[in-house]
Amino acid sequence: MNIVVCIKQVPGTTEVKIDPQTNTLVREGVEGIVNPFDTYALEEGVRLKERFGGVVTVVSMGPPQAEAALREAISVGADQAILLSDRAFAGSDTLATAYVLSRAIARIGDYDLVICGKQTLDGDTGQVGPELAQRLGIPFVAYVSKVEAIQDGQMRVQRLIEEGHELMEAPLPCVMSVVKEINVPRLPSLRGMMRAKGAQIPVWTARDLDIEADRVGVAGSPTRVIRVFFPQRTRKSQMLEGTAESQVEQLVERLRETKLI
Amino acid sequence: MGIQIDLEKCTGCGACLPACPLDALELAEDKPRVKDNCNLCGACRDACEYDAIIIEEAPEKIAPDTGFRGVWVFAEQRQGQLKGVAYELVSKGRELADSLGTELGVVCFGHQVQGVEQLVAYGADKVYLVDDPALAHYQDDLYAHQLARLIEEHRPEILLAGATSLGRSFIPRVAAMLETGLTADCTGLDIDGDTRLLLQTRPTFGGNIMATITCRARRPQMATVRPHVFKKGIPKDGRQGQIIRIDFDRSAVTSRTKLLGFIEDLTEKVRLEEADIIVSGGRGLGKPENFQLLQELADVLGAALGSSRPPVDEGWIPYSHQVGQTGKTVCPKLYIACGISGAVQHLAGMQTSEVIVAINHDPHAPIFEIATYGIVGDLFEIVPMLIARLKEARG
Ligand SMILES: Cc1cc2nc3c(=O)[nH]c(=O)nc-3n(C[C@H](O)[C@H](O)[C@H](O)COP(=O)(O)OP(=O)(O)OC[C@H]3O[C@@H](n4cnc5c(N)ncnc54)[C@H](O)[C@@H]3O)c2cc1C
Ligand SMILES: Nc1ncnc2c1ncn2[C@@H]1O[C@H](COP(=O)(O)O)[C@@H](O)[C@H]1O
Repeated sequence: MNIVVCIKQVPGTTEVKIDPQTNTLVREGVEGIVNPFDTYALEEGVRLKERFGGVVTVVSMGPPQAEAALREAISVGADQAILLSDRAFAGSDTLATAYVLSRAIARIGDYDLVICGKQTLDGDTGQVGPELAQRLGIPFVAYVSKVEAIQDGQMRVQRLIEEGHELMEAPLPCVMSVVKEINVPRLPSLRGMMRAKGAQIPVWTARDLDIEADRVGVAGSPTRVIRVFFPQRTRKSQMLEGTAESQVEQLVERLRETKLI
Repeated sequence: MGIQIDLEKCTGCGACLPACPLDALELAEDKPRVKDNCNLCGACRDACEYDAIIIEEAPEKIAPDTGFRGVWVFAEQRQGQLKGVAYELVSKGRELADSLGTELGVVCFGHQVQGVEQLVAYGADKVYLVDDPALAHYQDDLYAHQLARLIEEHRPEILLAGATSLGRSFIPRVAAMLETGLTADCTGLDIDGDTRLLLQTRPTFGGNIMATITCRARRPQMATVRPHVFKKGIPKDGRQGQIIRIDFDRSAVTSRTKLLGFIEDLTEKVRLEEADIIVSGGRGLGKPENFQLLQELADVLGAALGSSRPPVDEGWIPYSHQVGQTGKTVCPKLYIACGISGAVQHLAGMQTSEVIVAINHDPHAPIFEIATYGIVGDLFEIVPMLIARLKEARG
């Protein structure tokens, strides 16, 4: 059972504060971490390998610093890691990212399952997984919360939707995205950390992957950010005063005025 | 193509650095330098007083096909009932179609779906209905294939869909099939009058920054929108529109995945994502039994029950109730936070709610900064009082 896990390095917090004086971003102390959702993907990959044997390969597309995220993945049980990095990839949107990942996975070749996180903290779209599945021409199962069985080339899983859990069967190979409910990621072991330190992490570039230049980076991304701005906080906050009774009374009054109750 | 800094004009003032949402500029010998992660958004150019930043875009290889016309909405159903978000998008889609002077098409897949005619009353000019037992339940492969086929045939310039678990899992596949752009979780949609482009605005970085995104050269321009972001309009009786029935070609595609069963979440009486009112509890509840109290308040209000992360981690309530960055994103009309401090990760999932009420005994809790109404007090005193008062009001 060969498994590929896709992880991304993201800024360490969504706590991007805004400097009230200059109305600009304060980014101090923000360092790169493994996208939290991807830690569940990684853990599930390692667990499935422990159950069924095989190799867990972690891939990440990003700048050279993303190597740190890959080492972290090795420290918690991934067998090997590959960094997909090239100036040409910079500025890729989800469609272009999925294309690069699909080229890399095709090159890895012999795989049974690709696991993604539910979404990233920064991109926050959850689109890379399904777009990748489409590019690879294999099925996609979103929001998996439990892998029940893998047998005869079929995988039986539960997935979380609004109304509850769906029980699904999908043929391998396929791509799945996982939610937090699926497991509790382990901490790195001492041996893992040693391995991570010494591991060779190959870097694959656009040339290694036979990438068509106009399908990646800014040129290959149909979407374009044309403006960024800080949201206006239009909400006025009001603290209700007085005794508990009077506060409750005021609240009910206000909610009634706005016809919410 | 790319970004250039005119070092003659640049004074090295550094105003561009903090303007960059991606931290893609650094100072090198007193002049800014562009790092690899620049996506040419132009925020630095706008911040530069000296016109020293030039961004050149390569001409798009694929020219926009002017043959694409019309706004489409994918109307999601479950068990034969149209979802609320379908009506919301039809209302928004109507607005967009009007400003483009084009028609609004609505696509619906399912079997014996109720109230499809209503979609016309809400603003659809054409409803493309594909009714087949095979489509009664959501099937990734079948839905993706069928939607892509219809788009190729009818060529709408815009397609909107709900950012539900269903929409989020198959709409990206359709975008990849059509090699076009897709913007997730838009909170604002407008038309640029000059270019007919769809201006898609969405929160990033947990809602701390908004980004406006366009898809210039490929069609359709695709966007998903969360439930409750747009208002459901008022249906107009007697509005004219067509219902076009389309046969589902079973031989064209088979579903590789199979739905074997469904386990309903019985702890959730009202669905969080669709609820108008949410009553939510945090670590301040202290123990699992105390969710009973919140459930009581939720029952009186007809509300759904939400939670911050600690109660979920402690096992007091299932994960499906978690609101926030690693849980669900909700935007109800009313969100009542009880014993929740208001960490950014929680706010990321609920700060777009219309009215927020916070009950917390710590006057410095950050939740009060974003609450519409704040009550500083013990939730075990306030909530029972509120329940009693609401029951009394109801008589
Ligand atoms: C990567 C990551 C992802 C995360 N994702 C999420 C997420 O999706 N959702 C989420 O919620 N959190 C998430 N968190 C956790 C988040 O940072 C906070 O720890 C969490 O939201 C705090 O929950 P809380 O407000 O219930 O608890 P606390 O912060 O402990 O606050 C409890 C509050 O209750 C008040 N209180 C106590 N007793 C009473 C009483 N009797 N009456 C009135 N008030 C009382 C206290 O004053 C306090 O303000 C995430 C964290 C990380 C690092
Ligand atoms: N640059 C990347 N490299 C590797 N995997 C990625 C990358 N971007 C996204 N992914 C994967 O796709 C998932 C969804 O990402 P997103 O669509 O950005 O929300 C993530 O949880 C990762 O598993």
